[in-house]
Amino acid sequence: MRYETVIGLEVHLQLATKTKAFCGCSTKFGQRPNSQVCPVCLGFPGSLPSLNEEAFRFAIKVALALNCRIQAIVKFDRKNYYYPDLPKNFQISQYDMPLSYNGFVDIAVDGANKRIRVKRVHMEEDAGKLMHPEGEDYSLVDYNRGGMPLLEIVTEPDMSSPREAYDYLTKLKAILEYLKVSDCDMEKGSLRCDANVSIRPEGETKLGTKVELKNMNSFKGVRNALEYEVKRQDSVLEDGGKLVQETRLWDADKGITTSMRTKEEAEDYRYFPEPDLVPFVVEKEEIERIRKTLPELPEAKAARFKAAFGLSDYDAGVLTSQVDLADYFEECVKLYPNAKTVANWLMGDVMATVNEKNIDMSELALAPAAFTGLLKMIDSKAISGKMAKEVLAEAIETRIAPEEIVQKKGLSQISDAGAIESVVQGVLKKEAKTVSDYKSGKKAAFAFLVGQVMKETKGKANPAVVNEILKKSLGE
Amino acid sequence: MKTIDKKTVEKVAHLARLKLDDKELELYSGQLASILLYISKLNEIDTANVIPTSHALATLKNVFRKDCLKRSLTPDEALENAPSKEGDFFKVPQIIEGK
Repeated sequence: MRYETVIGLEVHLQLATKTKAFCGCSTKFGQRPNSQVCPVCLGFPGSLPSLNEEAFRFAIKVALALNCRIQAIVKFDRKNYYYPDLPKNFQISQYDMPLSYNGFVDIAVDGANKRIRVKRVHMEEDAGKLMHPEGEDYSLVDYNRGGMPLLEIVTEPDMSSPREAYDYLTKLKAILEYLKVSDCDMEKGSLRCDANVSIRPEGETKLGTKVELKNMNSFKGVRNALEYEVKRQDSVLEDGGKLVQETRLWDADKGITTSMRTKEEAEDYRYFPEPDLVPFVVEKEEIERIRKTLPELPEAKAARFKAAFGLSDYDAGVLTSQVDLADYFEECVKLYPNAKTVANWLMGDVMATVNEKNIDMSELALAPAAFTGLLKMIDSKAISGKMAKEVLAEAIETRIAPEEIVQKKGLSQISDAGAIESVVQGVLKKEAKTVSDYKSGKKAAFAFLVGQVMKETKGKANPAVVNEILKKSLGE
Repeated sequence: MKTIDKKTVEKVAHLARLKLDDKELELYSGQLASILLYISKLNEIDTANVIPTSHALATLKNVFRKDCLKRSLTPDEALENAPSKEGDFFKVPQIIEGK
């Protein structure tokens, strides 16, 4: 039987506020354990939470960018469960009245547009971090992360392949980066993703048995885990087996998912309204005011790049996939008018180096002026395209301006016809035999002569000029 | 009105991490049943057109805090009353994956 895949994703995003969601403790990453805690986030009796205004504004920004409707009255609820990562034994979250709902993100599937519906975006607080010392019968808790402001972004089960899930995440992350509300760093856990996946016979409308996947720490990990899981579910059904609703953990090293021990009882969080927080009413004017602060988002930017700079769909898509890259491109185009050349170099050599060094565009030690300066040197034939590649790599590596590198290394290309002419004459004299070979019809000898000229000039002669002068000298 | 049975009390006790023996289960089942019966009187009121009251302070809304740093406790202060600790950490019985 042929099966189709149904995937829904749940993303947790840490908001980049200075302080936690409900208290004034710092959200800084990687600090001394339990040094960013207070009576509120430790759940001491008598302490009261109060909502971080900036976190709320960030949340509405995200909701609007994801085309969500904003709840007229926002309330918080307590999600009760006993686990030591929560000192209060409940997490402040949102249950029946999430901050926002009914949004969407569009992705491209086989050249067509596919709409992934966003079911809800709600606010909650993060839990503390547990460590399990090996070989010991206890766990250690650091509550620095406890109470940090999180957004939970939940889609409808609208994705029908691991690839679509990957594309949705990439698009979502791009939007979130444009909004500058989070550093979106998966390694630091600022952005986390869980996936729900099931399969069903093609054409069936009822959903199959759902498996929740956890523990993926990259978008590729999400895609790989989903690919593995789809195959696993398929083979279970093909063998006449039955799938169980469960949570499975992705093991990136082994490339498999394993069943997480499940409790006999279904989850029962006994949600109820958080009595320590009064309701929040978001006025229409306030929503519109925040909407006006939204930056130009990837789709709009891509459309503008296409119209203004004549870029292809593909180029515009790649260049706007990261806000830093898009900004860099625009800076460059201001300094150097040939947008297509800028795009090619950026998407080629520059991105390759950035990816290879595993850094962000923002960390690239090459100012747009320096980069476009390099392009100008190619145009004026001061250096060849091949030299430019080497200079670019070195400029990124050493943080030295391309012009300076060219000068220091004496890399400038020799385009001066007179200078090349004399080298050519010298070579022709020395290689008299090759010249006569050439004249008697051995055409390959020409390339050898070009090579000799390049060697004499240490590769600095402009090849086009060398060709021209050689041909003339050989009487063609 | 359905009264609460022993099984439900057992489940609620488990969720609250309470250990109850048979005698206590019996006792609390009876007490909880009478409390629920009393509360259920509220169900007689028609609330179809009433906005849910999620908070007692009906006139209070939009209480925010500015995103400003406040002094946190030091790890020593935070751990001062912890029944068990190790270094800068709270120490708890081992947790097995899955919550």
